[in-house]
Amino acid sequence: MERGREGIDPMRGYYDDRIVALSSRLVVPFIQLFALYVVFHGHYSPGGGFQGGAMLAASFLLIRLSVGSDGAQLQFRKGWGTPGSSIGTLIYLVTGLSTLLLGGYFLDYSQLPLGMGESETRSMGILIVEIGVAVAVACTLTAIYDDLVGEEGRRGSPHDA
Amino acid sequence: MLDFFLGHYAYLFLVALFVVGLYGVVTKRNLVKKLIGLNIFQSAIILIYVAGASKWNATVPILEGSGASYGDAGVAQEAAHGAIEAAHYINPLPHTLMLTAIVVGVATTGVALALLITIHRRYGTLDESELLERMS
Amino acid sequence: MKRFVLLVLIAFGALMFYGVSTLPDRADPRAPANLEESAAGSPVAQDYYIRHAYEDAHTPNMVTVILADYRAYDTLGETMVIFAAGLACFLILRRRRQEDLEEWEESEGLEESEESKEDGTRS
Repeated sequence: MERGREGIDPMRGYYDDRIVALSSRLVVPFIQLFALYVVFHGHYSPGGGFQGGAMLAASFLLIRLSVGSDGAQLQFRKGWGTPGSSIGTLIYLVTGLSTLLLGGYFLDYSQLPLGMGESETRSMGILIVEIGVAVAVACTLTAIYDDLVGEEGRRGSPHDA
Repeated sequence: MLDFFLGHYAYLFLVALFVVGLYGVVTKRNLVKKLIGLNIFQSAIILIYVAGASKWNATVPILEGSGASYGDAGVAQEAAHGAIEAAHYINPLPHTLMLTAIVVGVATTGVALALLITIHRRYGTLDESELLERMS
Repeated sequence: MKRFVLLVLIAFGALMFYGVSTLPDRADPRAPANLEESAAGSPVAQDYYIRHAYEDAHTPNMVTVILADYRAYDTLGETMVIFAAGLACFLILRRRRQEDLEEWEESEGLEESEESKEDGTRS
């Protein structure tokens, strides 16, 4: 296999370097923790499902760029992207439809059976919906990257049992 | 004149950015460069919306209470007394709209890149004039 | 041609400058979008949102309340768009099965590309 520039493997599309790989592996858990903070603290500070989902996707993509797609399969498999995004969208839709079935309007969270006051129930409904959005955004952006890079290794990957 | 500039400089620069994006879309031959132009265009529109949302002497649209009643309890107290002033917080609506527009823009850019990859696989080029030749 | 395009762009930019210059000053609290009531006497959206976000949803961040409660239907649509974009990427770029690819190439009369050669050796 021919190498293009020094250290860059043109067929794999990532920078094969030990220091880059190690430091990004160190940083990624903190990015993910912060992404979860952004999602769950979105009621009290700037943040929410879209931003947190994008940060989560960024952490997945950082591992894909530094360690390569094969190594990244251990963290987030290529096949999970599309099912994950449909699960996120379904969380949103099911929340909306359940309020419809419980006797309210579509997406009227105050009908959710959580045993709280009306406005507190709305707050919880917002949180549920934000989680759905975060899952959908993170999985979709990762899936788009995987699709764009190509499907090398989907069948032959050692981790893809 | 100076007053006009101070009141509108953000809009004026963003219109310049808008025209730069349009220049990329109209004149560039390469489809990837056209896509980059389209993204600059989108950024200009997003920034115009966000720039229009601001207010003098106002803070970010997160309720925080004020003075002695700072914090969550203070916010609850203020809300109960109807003491929240709309002039203290900037307009939250454009922020909300642009927040979703940014993420949707990234996803649609992904679709555009996927189409470009398919075009390149099929015709072996991304140059517009060459593409028209090979398609005929 | 190029000069004509540049001229059109400059004219368009001038038109946009003119349009933008008629807007109220940026960040002016007396601008119509920042008032409590519009000129027709109806309430302005931002005023309602800021005043009632906390009592309606018990959440200090108004952007979150607007995003997921007042405009939940809109956000559902946005999520659908993102999902559809991911699905479109998947459907456009998924690899065709080898026989389909060869059949397609024969019918299109194309030479075998680099990529499919590689696939042939691997599978």
